Amino acid sequence: MDGLVTRAGGWLGLTLLAFVMAALAVDAPFAVHMIIVALACLAMLWATVTRADYGALARGILKMPADQGVYDDDPIRWGVIATLFWGVAGMAAGLFIALQLAFPALNLGLEYTTFGRLRPLHTSAVIFAFGGNALIATSFYVVQRTCRARLAFPKLARFVFWGYQLFIVLAATGYLMGVTAAKEYAEPEWYVDLWLTIVWVAYLVVFVGTIVRRREPHIYVANWFYLSFIVTIAMLHIVNNLSMPASIFGSKSYAAFAGVQDALTQWWYGHNAVGFFLTAGFLAMMYYFVPKQAERPVYSYRLSIIHFWSLIFLYIWAGPHHLHYTALPDWAQTLGMVFSVILWMPSWGGMINGLMTLNGAWDKIRTDPIIRMMVMALAFYGMSTFEGPMMSIKWVNSMSHYTDWTIGHVHSGALGWNGMITFAAVYYLVPRLWGRERLYSLRMVNWHFWLATVGIVFYAASMWVAGIMQGLMWREYGADGYLVYSFVESVAAMHPMYLIRAAGGAMYLAGFLIMVVNVWATLGGRVRAEKPMTETPYNAAADRPLAPVPAE
Amino acid sequence: MATKPAKKGFSHKKIERNVTLLGALALLTVTIGGIVEIAPLFWIDNTVEKVEGMRPYTPLELAGRNIYMREGCYTCHSQMIRPFRDEVERYGHYSLAAESMYDHPFQWGSKRTGPDLARVGGRYSDEWHKAHLIDPRSVVPESIMPPYAFLAERDLQTGDMANDLTALYRVGVPYTKADIANANEDLAAQADPAAGLDLQKRYPKAQVRDFDGDPDRLTEMDALIAYLQMLGTLVDVDKAAPQERPSETEAAR
Repeated sequence: MDGLVTRAGGWLGLTLLAFVMAALAVDAPFAVHMIIVALACLAMLWATVTRADYGALARGILKMPADQGVYDDDPIRWGVIATLFWGVAGMAAGLFIALQLAFPALNLGLEYTTFGRLRPLHTSAVIFAFGGNALIATSFYVVQRTCRARLAFPKLARFVFWGYQLFIVLAATGYLMGVTAAKEYAEPEWYVDLWLTIVWVAYLVVFVGTIVRRREPHIYVANWFYLSFIVTIAMLHIVNNLSMPASIFGSKSYAAFAGVQDALTQWWYGHNAVGFFLTAGFLAMMYYFVPKQAERPVYSYRLSIIHFWSLIFLYIWAGPHHLHYTALPDWAQTLGMVFSVILWMPSWGGMINGLMTLNGAWDKIRTDPIIRMMVMALAFYGMSTFEGPMMSIKWVNSMSHYTDWTIGHVHSGALGWNGMITFAAVYYLVPRLWGRERLYSLRMVNWHFWLATVGIVFYAASMWVAGIMQGLMWREYGADGYLVYSFVESVAAMHPMYLIRAAGGAMYLAGFLIMVVNVWATLGGRVRAEKPMTETPYNAAADRPLAPVPAE
Repeated sequence: MATKPAKKGFSHKKIERNVTLLGALALLTVTIGGIVEIAPLFWIDNTVEKVEGMRPYTPLELAGRNIYMREGCYTCHSQMIRPFRDEVERYGHYSLAAESMYDHPFQWGSKRTGPDLARVGGRYSDEWHKAHLIDPRSVVPESIMPPYAFLAERDLQTGDMANDLTALYRVGVPYTKADIANANEDLAAQADPAAGLDLQKRYPKAQVRDFDGDPDRLTEMDALIAYLQMLGTLVDVDKAAPQERPSETEAAR
């Protein structure tokens, strides 16, 4: 009883503190955020006082099986649902802003729906909400299985999940209200950054704590990648977001660094958000789910050691390639370029290790649409980790920088690699986590695969054309020695490309929606009556002993 | 692997059986690149070469810059002109490191869905900017920029600007005590020619006028146009030119 009173009192205190902060706020968005925090605390207070079994309620709504006492899977099931929810939200936002570039009337004349405010919403929602939830959920799944141990600190694991959702809500509502630090992919303001730091440290504690409790002598390779991702993101997040608030009751802060130093710190962060959030973390997913789905061991243990250490060592250096020909000192640009080109090798090391894991099981590409998604993810990973080093060469970058080619490059990596491997992992996880015989429909997975693949092709191809066209139009000189095109002529020339891109994005989103339906039906325990993906070939005429033919 | 006897000395098995060792080595590995590349920028003197004319933002310009950031203008506009013939002819002299030395954070941008703005100051009239921000397609029919009509309708509410200047002072921007003490008066005075403060003495080249064509009110439009009109106007880049090519200067002697 004393424990209950203490806990309820604590939540009440936090609720009141948040309300006081809201009352003292110097700007409206800060007040709104403090009210959101207060409501979250109030919900926790309610949950504490009523002492209802909310876990059981959630299990009822999400049709989750009860804890079988084997592994602690509830936060993983929530994480899978959150991944799908934020994925749809973030990709819908992306499709909407893609259409805004083709039809500016879609900015709707409201401050909340302008491209400038929705673009951070899109990038953060797909990277940190969709990708982040996928990483947290799969890491909790993989670390338990590969360590043969239940999650350490189960309450802290639940705090990580809900704390991360609160971070997403605060960041997203902040963007709509114009609360932004104006550094790409690090837009949340100082107090949201502080909150994420707390959640992230808790994540590290749960993850490492589970590894410490392991029953296996070795730490499996997927966990190396997850660990380096968690540790490095913590370092990047803290350094890049160092800032001085104008008031502790206001949302506004000023970055600790300025100009050149801030630029390189930002892209050291920005490129390694790609390198560790979107690469190391997702390679960890690859290292568990590809061997599992293919039922084959990882191709090469030695290659995984070499490519792990070289990948994490080299990625950190590549940031300056975002600042070629700027006021950043030349030596830093050249260093960034050289390391970016070298980075091609460990990247392909990871791709080869993943693809060659299918040795002896290549036929599954034909019969198993989930394997097909994994192979396509690795193919896109290989393609975009070739394209990236190429674009980091200064000569190429002089044309590609500032253009839509960069956008195309990012999306072939994000949609092709991160998206596809996440879809495959979720398709793998859902029947196992919910104790279903199989997915509702494998044919729908096949539809999803093709819609996504063709969507990416439309997207990347249109952005290649758009980027190269922009780069060439901007630098085109006529025989008279003058620039041929005004800037706005290059904008007008983009219109058809922006339409094709939006069509590609719509296909990708359509595939995702099919997945949501498929997963939802699987949760309901339904199995679609459908023709299997392959018929078992059988020729009765051939399936018999040869009749002896008498000799002449 | 398994058949080979473990050689004396190093074996990766030691690392992958010890999570502390693994975590520590991973952290060590990922810190090296940042230390070698970023840290020197803070102590190598010629990272930011000194130029004449740079000064901190006036409170009104700073408020405008905060609106620029709030609206995510950096998602479509760069502020970094690269040293190429076409960019210099299109946008002006290439950007110098010193020109963003007081930018917390930097706003160089990474994408040109719209044109570069590093030297947009003085290129268009205040009236053009106002019309363009309210309805971009009224002056540039092919434009795909969102409309920002609400800026003209909304009073500029910054809170106490002294807090903002103090925060910037703490991270290294050389605001004086007088600058901080007068922050709120300076904010209003820059859009009001009748105020007659010593603003321009403390902030050389500060442009003092009503920016949004509505002298009775201080709006967000005033602040944003004041910011846009000062971009790239502080440094006399022609004066800096001879220093940039020491070899040519020496050859001319």
